[in-house]
Amino acid sequence: MRHTLLQLQGLSKSYPGVKANDDISFAIGEGQMHALLGENGAGKSTLVKMIYGLVRPDAGEMRLRGAPFAPSQPSEARQNGVAMVFQHFSLFDALDVAENVALGMENPPPLRDLAARIRDVSEEYGLPLDPSRLVGELSAGERQRVEIVRCLLQDPKLLIMDEPTSVLTPQEVEILFRTLRKLSSEGTAILYISHKLEEIRALCDEATILRGGKKVATCDPREKSARELAELMVGQLLTPPERPERPFGEVVLEVEKLSLKSNNPFGTSLKDISLQLRAGEVLGIAGVAGNGQDELLLMLSGELLAPAGQVRLKGAPIGDLEPNTRRALGLVAAPEERLGHAAAPDMNLTENALLSGSGRKRLEKGGFIDWGGAERFAREIITRFDVRTPGPHVLARALSGGNLQKFVIGREIELDPDVIVVNQPTWGVDAAAAATIRQALLDLAGKGAAVLVISQDLDELLEVADSFAALNEGRLTPVRPAKGLTVEEIGLMMGGAGDMHVAHEAAE
Amino acid sequence: MIRLEKRKEPSKFWRIANPFLAVLLTMLAGGIMFAALGKDPIAAIRLIFFDPIFSETFASYSRPQLLIKSAPLILIAVGLAIGFRAGIWNIGAEGQYIIGALFGAGVALAFFPQPGWYIFPLMVIAGAFGGFLWAMIPAILKTRFNTNEILVSLLLVYVAERILAAMALGLMRNPDQPGFPGSRDLRRYEAAHNAELIANTGIHWGVVAALIAVIFAYVMMTRHLLGFHVQLAGQAPRAARFGGVSPARLVVICLGIAGALAGLAGMFEVSGPGGQVRIEFASGYGFTAIIVAFLGRLNPLAIVFAGLLLGLTYIGGELAQMMLQIPGAAIQVFQGMLLFFLLALDFQTNYRIRLTRGARA
Repeated sequence: MRHTLLQLQGLSKSYPGVKANDDISFAIGEGQMHALLGENGAGKSTLVKMIYGLVRPDAGEMRLRGAPFAPSQPSEARQNGVAMVFQHFSLFDALDVAENVALGMENPPPLRDLAARIRDVSEEYGLPLDPSRLVGELSAGERQRVEIVRCLLQDPKLLIMDEPTSVLTPQEVEILFRTLRKLSSEGTAILYISHKLEEIRALCDEATILRGGKKVATCDPREKSARELAELMVGQLLTPPERPERPFGEVVLEVEKLSLKSNNPFGTSLKDISLQLRAGEVLGIAGVAGNGQDELLLMLSGELLAPAGQVRLKGAPIGDLEPNTRRALGLVAAPEERLGHAAAPDMNLTENALLSGSGRKRLEKGGFIDWGGAERFAREIITRFDVRTPGPHVLARALSGGNLQKFVIGREIELDPDVIVVNQPTWGVDAAAAATIRQALLDLAGKGAAVLVISQDLDELLEVADSFAALNEGRLTPVRPAKGLTVEEIGLMMGGAGDMHVAHEAAE
Repeated sequence: MIRLEKRKEPSKFWRIANPFLAVLLTMLAGGIMFAALGKDPIAAIRLIFFDPIFSETFASYSRPQLLIKSAPLILIAVGLAIGFRAGIWNIGAEGQYIIGALFGAGVALAFFPQPGWYIFPLMVIAGAFGGFLWAMIPAILKTRFNTNEILVSLLLVYVAERILAAMALGLMRNPDQPGFPGSRDLRRYEAAHNAELIANTGIHWGVVAALIAVIFAYVMMTRHLLGFHVQLAGQAPRAARFGGVSPARLVVICLGIAGALAGLAGMFEVSGPGGQVRIEFASGYGFTAIIVAFLGRLNPLAIVFAGLLLGLTYIGGELAQMMLQIPGAAIQVFQGMLLFFLLALDFQTNYRIRLTRGARA
């Protein structure tokens, strides 16, 4: 048995109305790859925030190499050799890699020396990174490397990684895993947070599973099946969504050779996009974040206008029509960003139901709003999609991410569309809610609607999609039937990782 | 140690309490300022807030004045509030007010001395149109060239002031009294006179228009899809796009409404209480209305009360200038303080101030 690096004993933390962590104890050995598993809201974030000095426990203690460890802020944790890579990067687009790394260090060396060290470390660990490039030009995978290199420069004993693969292609994941294994073999322990079970089984030698703020089990993930782990995590038996075989109908949505400039200076322009979607079909579009997913959704929802004839709905040109006109014709969309895009944070659920429902649900007459009708519509969504909230008068921003997601997707499904476009429909949603949302999308397709799902979650796409394509730097691959596709093939379709293979091999 | 925590939901209590607290703090800080100027602070505050309504000596003159001063403030503020809700910052209502007055007066002077029932309605339309046109300059520059409406609308105030001066000294000067700057007195031209409707109340057509505008704006903001879109655009611009709101259309509508209402206010003023096109015609209503809009929480109904309060400081300020020789600029500082304290206090609507001991928890 290796020496214990970090021992957690009876850690508890409460927030008003919720016990985020309840009496959690486990140990991480030196050089161990330890997985922390759990659904959203299981308490993973709170737990690592306590280790990283962002949150103080209400009760319990931590010991680092036997000595009491109670960091009051992240800098203290870093001094003790604890480093963390967050799920959401804290990088400045307009600064270059070296400058960004310097900003996160306590005592940064002169930039020239730092750049040399970044180059050394990134080569040593097979994470190719040019210190002089602007972060705004980097892919999500490269941005993550900036964060990792920043941690490695501080020679950590424990590296905490929060959902590191959610933004990576399968090939990039493979590169990351090699780096992590190398670190582990050198004695750096890794606390790996994820809900992707296959990954954890491939990478980690111990796993601690949280549910509802409590520790459920500590086990060796390689000895359990993914299904067993999932059931430990969720606490119930999972049923995969039902997808009855059905014939497809006519082509309802068609995009032809469309190139469109992004409305965002750091966005990705669409290049020569063509696709066809038939009634009853679910088309899954994969891709790493920032490869044109947002632009594709905006172009279909009508927030980004295109030449009329290049986007057709049931044969009619709609490229230059506004969102509400498209809704009236039967095309609805649910963007990825819930707060601020799909919903207005400071408005209540009734108002947010009105946001996209005013036309199709006839919630206005001559411009005057039928508030009673809007409230009934909001209640309908809340009931049907099991949105946990006291009622339609609650502000959107007061809902948890998963509940708001159910509301937003539910709202669009309730509009009974002919074509629905969703981006990241289950992002940040717990397993049970994700299953509800996927089932609802499949049911909609079963009733003859065409469904276009843009997602970075491959498992999700393989579960729901009939046909499959991937976005890479604004280009869409040809659409292929989803049946029989392997993860390898999908990875190649998502692309963008080829050159990095070479770099990795050169480094070894 | 002081810590700031963002509230989960904005505090309803402070939203309502802050305007009152701001008035109290303004009285306090204003009192200190008046004392520093060597004036009796209590007497000054009394003159500004109480004597115009309650003093026997002044009330008979001041009370009707209250509506005369408040009506343009309310009329302009209602229009501004709609734009502010949408995140469209029209700071140039003063300019739209001036141009509205010039358009209204222009119609009147063109018809002079003809009688006719239709002259006054034509002036009303011209006044609204003038303000609308002046507001379209920042609107179109913004939608076409993405200019900043704050700067453009503000700078256009100074252009409008020059035009006003040029009109008073040139084109609109009274030909019967060429020695004096300024136009004919519209109060002496019956067809164009915006007279008091009920004697000794101060109620003129501008007061009626302000009331109608308040009701109109209230219904629009609470019952109509346009009002919903205005709020949506102000709170979450991307959600507004998703909801089918065209930002360009909204800029034109919001600036257009505000400009038309400010133009109306200018027209009612020049044809009534102001009486003639003079260099000193503009008295800052367009700027004070910004304070009124915020003090009224951008809510049309609350703006009525905020408008009455600021109207009161206008009259009381004049009294204080007259009785205590307090400089006019000090009165403007006093009005400005109101906005300053309100905005500062509003911080606690969204944030909670926590005093903690020692290190961070």
